[in-house]
Amino acid sequence: MTAATHDDHHAHGPEKGFMRWVTTTNHKDIGTLYLVTALIMFFVGGAMALVLRAELFEPGIQFVDPAFFNQMTTLHALIMVFGAVMPAFVGLANWMIPMMIGAPDMALPRMNNWSFWILPFAFVMLASTLFMEGGAPAAGWTFYPPLVLQGGNHLPFAIFTVHLLGMSSIMGAINIIVTVFNMRAPGMTMMKLPLFVWTWVITAFLLIAVMPVFAGAVTMLLTDKFFGTSFFNAAGGGDPVLYQHLFWFFGHPEVYIMILPSFGVISAVIPTFARKPLFGYSSMVYATAAIGLLSFIVWAHHQYTVGMPLAGELYFTYATMLIAVPTGVKVFNWLATMWRGAMTFETPMLFAIAFVVLFTMGGFTGLMMSISPADLQYHDTYFIVAHFHYVLVPGAVFALFAGTYYWLPKWTGHMYDESLGKLHFWLSTISVNVLFFPQHFVGLAGMPRRIPDYAVQFAEFNAMSSVGAFVFGFAQLIFAYVIYKAIKGGAKASSEVWEGAQEHGLEWHLPSPPPYHTWTSAPEIK
Amino acid sequence: MFSRFSKSSHRNRQVDKHELEKANARLVWRIVVIVALMFGFGFAVAPYYDSICAYWGIGGRPKGPSPNIGYSVDESREITLEFVTAVNGAMPLAFRAEKAKLKIHPGQYYSVKFYAENQSDKKLVGRAIPTILPISESSHLKKVECFCFSEQVFEPHQEREMPVRFVVDPEVQADVKDMTLSYTFFDITEQTQTNQ
Amino acid sequence: MKKTIQLLASLGLMLWGVAHAETGSGTGVGWGALNLPVGVTETSREIHDLHMLILWICVGIGILVYGILIYSLIHHRKSKGAVPAQFHENTKLEIVWTIIPFLILLAMAVPATNVMIKAYDTDKVEKAQMTIKVTGYQWKWRYTYLDEGIDFFSSLDAKSNAARQLGSKIDPTTVEHYLLNVDHPLVVPVNKKIRILLTAADVLHAWWVPEFGWKKDAIPGFVTDGWIKVEKPGIYRGQCAELCGRDHGFMPIVVIAKNDEDYKKWVAEQQAQQQASKSDASKTYTLDELMVKGKEVYKSSCAACHSPEGEGTPGVFPAIKGSSVALGSKDDHVKLVVDGKNAMPAFKDQLSPVELAAVITYQRNGFGNNKGDVIQPSEIQAHQ
Repeated sequence: MTAATHDDHHAHGPEKGFMRWVTTTNHKDIGTLYLVTALIMFFVGGAMALVLRAELFEPGIQFVDPAFFNQMTTLHALIMVFGAVMPAFVGLANWMIPMMIGAPDMALPRMNNWSFWILPFAFVMLASTLFMEGGAPAAGWTFYPPLVLQGGNHLPFAIFTVHLLGMSSIMGAINIIVTVFNMRAPGMTMMKLPLFVWTWVITAFLLIAVMPVFAGAVTMLLTDKFFGTSFFNAAGGGDPVLYQHLFWFFGHPEVYIMILPSFGVISAVIPTFARKPLFGYSSMVYATAAIGLLSFIVWAHHQYTVGMPLAGELYFTYATMLIAVPTGVKVFNWLATMWRGAMTFETPMLFAIAFVVLFTMGGFTGLMMSISPADLQYHDTYFIVAHFHYVLVPGAVFALFAGTYYWLPKWTGHMYDESLGKLHFWLSTISVNVLFFPQHFVGLAGMPRRIPDYAVQFAEFNAMSSVGAFVFGFAQLIFAYVIYKAIKGGAKASSEVWEGAQEHGLEWHLPSPPPYHTWTSAPEIK
Repeated sequence: MFSRFSKSSHRNRQVDKHELEKANARLVWRIVVIVALMFGFGFAVAPYYDSICAYWGIGGRPKGPSPNIGYSVDESREITLEFVTAVNGAMPLAFRAEKAKLKIHPGQYYSVKFYAENQSDKKLVGRAIPTILPISESSHLKKVECFCFSEQVFEPHQEREMPVRFVVDPEVQADVKDMTLSYTFFDITEQTQTNQ
Repeated sequence: MKKTIQLLASLGLMLWGVAHAETGSGTGVGWGALNLPVGVTETSREIHDLHMLILWICVGIGILVYGILIYSLIHHRKSKGAVPAQFHENTKLEIVWTIIPFLILLAMAVPATNVMIKAYDTDKVEKAQMTIKVTGYQWKWRYTYLDEGIDFFSSLDAKSNAARQLGSKIDPTTVEHYLLNVDHPLVVPVNKKIRILLTAADVLHAWWVPEFGWKKDAIPGFVTDGWIKVEKPGIYRGQCAELCGRDHGFMPIVVIAKNDEDYKKWVAEQQAQQQASKSDASKTYTLDELMVKGKEVYKSSCAACHSPEGEGTPGVFPAIKGSSVALGSKDDHVKLVVDGKNAMPAFKDQLSPVELAAVITYQRNGFGNNKGDVIQPSEIQAHQ
């Protein structure tokens, strides 16, 4: 720090050392904190998945007690959803939204700091349940009663973790909405916002609408267990199925909370590397909004086997099928953006293309299971496991990879190692299919989900799946190394980074790496 | 799209900072209200769900006795009504219906006896939760008298006879041929003790 | 290019799987196949056809979408000197690709609705000829025949149960129908409409036999229903499909469908057996008789947790060899086995008084316990 920078309040850099990260209100610092946390949790959740896949490698129980297996399925899901995917997208939002809309920072920087620093405490609390009597929660991430109420001492801790995570997400969502609504640069109208910003605004509204409902539902579990209420207890006039309705009223939008920002990232990456403007910008915005709205009225398609009246089954079938229309529009728009472009295939583009291909695959199986009679067979089998992993791993996670490679040179000022990036891509893409594709077959052939051991006829496909899982898991170490290497050094990145990128967003007009404070004087968009 | 903009527009943020903060605070409060409403919505759903279920007649929840009105008996139709009994968890209660099935005519009143015996040395308090199938027709089975309307107390080793008096409304859908009336007994001894 | 190959490969794999499933079905096995079984009920056949219809529609759309993508990836690359076009909207095209998928969905919704209405027809149109109540327990099923008064529990068979223990050293491939076999299968007549009433005694379970075409949740306190009409005699296997705790993976379902004659024979046998066990209970047995019978019961009902040699699982399940219960008072021992305690289930509904008396006698005199006392079925009945 030189004396000169002290005069200008806006030009000062970050504090030094550990306290910089604890006290920071800078959107770039907080974005980094979120992203690093998400990466760590990705490895933690991944390690749990490898415990599951190791146990499922062959028939018979070799490594863990079935009760521990259930704890691992539950924690794997909770950590991947709330610890890896969601914080990673919040991290991207923190880094990119102010830079994309020409704002100097997020609207509520101190709240931003709190919403991040709640997370580590929440995860420590969740992890502590592993060491309690009766172990960690083991009723699945859906926490269905009455099973979840049978658990040991962990229940209040698991529920309080959910409360904290919910508070963090809601604060993050508030911050994003306020920033986008009030902090846009002059001339940056809503219909000029980059699609990543749009998808995040809609995601933020989903978070605000459904996280409180989930918090309410788990609170009811808590009072049922400890304060004698009977929301979900049939003996007192309650109904365990009510919990499922509440959970999926949250849970279905939650799925879109994880996938909508992915659409935003893909809609940023594809035009850049196709060297063409995004096709059908406004229809993309409307399609995203339509998906967001539809997500509120389809929840019970997760409960086709619960014994709903026929009219309910049919209504939820039709409503769910409708979602295929706006989702299809998005895929067609990406294809049209690539059509007659001049494509190059750097790592972000490779991941984006794999996203389009493999997410669509998950979309197809999603369409199949929207049909209620067919779902009477698919429900709670590995077919479902294959489906939602296709939309979440080569879907949401690949979008995160694409986004990270895309913006990494901007963040660090260094180009990442392209050949390692490509290696990471090919290993991940091949292994993710070896991992999840066979699960379609065992599911259809009758293997239920959430079982630690299976009949011998499923052995070959499960072994294949486990091999894929280990390759996929270890391939992610390359990703961590590429990021580390880019932070430490590498070829200097220009401010534009990618050829012609300045056409596609304001962030590419800032130096790489951007100064600690950016857009202190707002650009005026023409 | 973003290639043309001027960086020179010196919109001095210090000047509108106050305005901006006020606008931000307004928006934050609006969103907080939505959050609070949605949290409340979760809890509001519970009674609402019950009333939806009651409206559709799902589950045949214990709503209290139906009025004893006279229907015209439809002798031309015969429905087989099954009686199903279940005991939740490890409650030491032997619970059965007098008969497994009964052929009934819509509009006619019937009485059926259920028996439950406390097989333990302790006093038991139980509550019976009914289900009527098919769910679409469950509002048409009307109970005038039922042990499921109140808690049932069983002294040690006591066996009790519990009658149910009911009628199937002739408005029941014409093609229904089988119906089920089921009761599951739950042990609520502990809850009632802590409340006393 | 690699992308293309990989894509084609995965599509090929999918088609291969479908083709194989088609040839593999109809044998009544289905489980080893790669696709939904065609099954043995009208519902399962219709659901299978619907599934194949949607699958092929998806494959068709997939070929179109991926074909366009692959063409674009090959021809519109910068290295081939492609110059980017600058178009970024086309309202007509956008309307077309909104309307056409909508029409395809409409076309799918019609058969879907028809199949669903039929699958839900539990009690209309055709009258059910018999009713079976199915109750889910942690972790076994109970079948109650409403009309015949037959009532029994059905749990994982002893061989699978021994093999599935952590560190059992038994190779699952040597166990016939590993994890898909039970001690008492459900027996049903073919070609009769059977109403299935589902409920649970503790937590949620779900009853699923893939060959019958549906699954449904069993909910404590409530009853849900479904129906089957099995068209072919045979043995059909399924599993619990709703996470229900530690041993969720170990409560299979086995249904034997018999023709009318064989079914009637089976019913008569069951009823005779129930009568016999009632009269057996009033007899007095010798120590040797009880020990022989007790060893059998021990193997199927106790050995999984307490080990075949009565040594238990250290830290989890107590040993019976030298245990204070087996060597303590008769009453306490009977009470523990009959009524259960914590992780120990109550066996009063699962075992007959004779079986209970035999297994308790065996525990008190086997494994070198040599307590020397005999428990008679009448003592069990007195306790109950």
